[in-house]
Amino acid sequence: MEWVNVLIQGVLLGGLYALFAAGLSLMFGVMRFVNIAHGDFIVLAAYLMLSFVTFMGWHPALGIVAVVLVMGVIGYLGQRILLNRVLGKDILPPILVTFGLSIILQNGMMEVFSADSRRVSSGALDVASISLPGDLAIGAMPLLMFVVALGVLAGLHVLFFHTALGRLLRATSDDAEMVPLMGGNKAHVFALATMIASGVVAVAGIMLAMKTNFDPSAGPSRLLFAFEAVIIGGLGSLWGTLAGGVVLGVAQVVGAQIDAGFQILAGHLVFLLILVVRPQGLFARMKG
Amino acid sequence: MTTAPLTRRKAPVSLIAIFVTIVLLAAAPFWASRGTLNMLMEALAFLALAQMWNLLAGYTGLISVGQQAWVGLGGYLFFALAMFSGLPLLIALPVAALLSGLIAFPIGWIAFRLQGAYFAIGTWVIAEVFRLIAAQFSALGGGSGISLPIDVVKSLATSRGARDMVMYYIAFGLGIGSVMIVWLMLRSKWGLAFTAIRDSEPASESIGIRIRRVKFMVYVATAASTALTGGFIFLQKLRITPDAAFSVNEWSAFIIFIVVIGGIGSIEGPILGVILFFTLRSFAADWGNWYLITLGALAIGVMLVDRQGMWSILKSRGVPVLFKTTRWFEP
Repeated sequence: MEWVNVLIQGVLLGGLYALFAAGLSLMFGVMRFVNIAHGDFIVLAAYLMLSFVTFMGWHPALGIVAVVLVMGVIGYLGQRILLNRVLGKDILPPILVTFGLSIILQNGMMEVFSADSRRVSSGALDVASISLPGDLAIGAMPLLMFVVALGVLAGLHVLFFHTALGRLLRATSDDAEMVPLMGGNKAHVFALATMIASGVVAVAGIMLAMKTNFDPSAGPSRLLFAFEAVIIGGLGSLWGTLAGGVVLGVAQVVGAQIDAGFQILAGHLVFLLILVVRPQGLFARMKG
Repeated sequence: MTTAPLTRRKAPVSLIAIFVTIVLLAAAPFWASRGTLNMLMEALAFLALAQMWNLLAGYTGLISVGQQAWVGLGGYLFFALAMFSGLPLLIALPVAALLSGLIAFPIGWIAFRLQGAYFAIGTWVIAEVFRLIAAQFSALGGGSGISLPIDVVKSLATSRGARDMVMYYIAFGLGIGSVMIVWLMLRSKWGLAFTAIRDSEPASESIGIRIRRVKFMVYVATAASTALTGGFIFLQKLRITPDAAFSVNEWSAFIIFIVVIGGIGSIEGPILGVILFFTLRSFAADWGNWYLITLGALAIGVMLVDRQGMWSILKSRGVPVLFKTTRWFEP
């Protein structure tokens, strides 16, 4: 029964990782662009949540809306003003610019919020759990996160496959050069994609803030988890990303069960193993 | 070909400049204070790391954010050999680099399954794996690291002055050697292959360059030389911990910023970048977080203004090329 419990925990943790990964996957899907500062933006969203709810005393619901809005605006403007200038055939400038952003964000947050690790308390929800038959218990918080992750992925699915904007984004993904020829504005479509991705990043950051302690240097490892979930799941597949997150989450929780120091390493090793055995990922839909 | 006589007249000046710099650096233990000597050692080690990252990213287009894997592995293997194998330190250093090069074969094979930006993040994952594994070795101090025992250090030379001298010349060899090796390499048929790959991968493939193989060999070679420098860096520090050995800030962020701000894809760029980096650092001692923020902003600025960095700006102002790698004329 202990192992069933471990498995459930791993799957639930995987939901959070899928949430981390969804923004990264979306931006790559539409623009073939990888944001190295992705994890740092998640942490930025966590600090925004902390500022709004803990420091300014806003109602959490208002805090969530505000974080999503602020991140969306940052995403749209950041793409229009900065990132669109460096996208192109040469892969160096986008990597370098987002790597530079990552360093600036980490040190900027260190300057503003200090290196102390913080957490946003969600009151009774933090410790509540649901008992299942057979000595199983599921924490309310991890379950809520998994449900939120499913909700966000389902929302993205509807957006992509059942709306006009989704059609435009898919068309851009297929052939970005054709967009201007069809009367679309590429810079605007790219910025919209980043805006949506940033909204997802905002939700991921809020979940991070509520689930664990975080500090300004927490970004890179979130980027690595997100990246691993994307690659394990296969590029360009939304539900593959969920599967990737779950594989990673289970690997980490099982690793932690063997030895506490083995948790993160086990996740990385399973990722490398899948890269060797099945480099295209579990559910690949496009080529890197 | 009216430019030919011009370049011929400029060449000796640049050769004299290189020669004078090398002589000055070679004589440093006789004119520099202990503090200056330590700074020069660090700068020369950074120069070696920067030249290697530049060779990888600037010439073969393999952008790695995980070279700290090799700095750290070189450091750890060197410490392990120095403490447990009984090899003399000056032998343990190249042996550690050689072993790292061997390990780079399977690691590179895995990393090469990813392309572009994903290769960059993949190398970072690998560096993290190395760090987490290093933290598991209790014989090497586990997570809290280990110091080089005093008798092992003394086997290098008994007096402190003599040890400084030996270490300085290792750093000198690494720094100057990295520049010379990259220069010679770029002037050889490898250099032609790099240029062809940089200009057009499909075209270079069609004239018989095995791109993947060239890139792979460069990856392995830079891994081994980065590990050599890593071994030296921790010999100088005398203490190694997983966090210091596999630090992404120290061995990737700084190095990448040095190369990019100085000028990627040239030999002069990393040299310029190292000089700038150490100059800025002497002013920025109390800047705290703002120092890295400034470097990050400068690197972003370079990417927006001119991806070839400061060296390109200097070159367009008429500063002569120091290390000629082109065969006939500048394009």
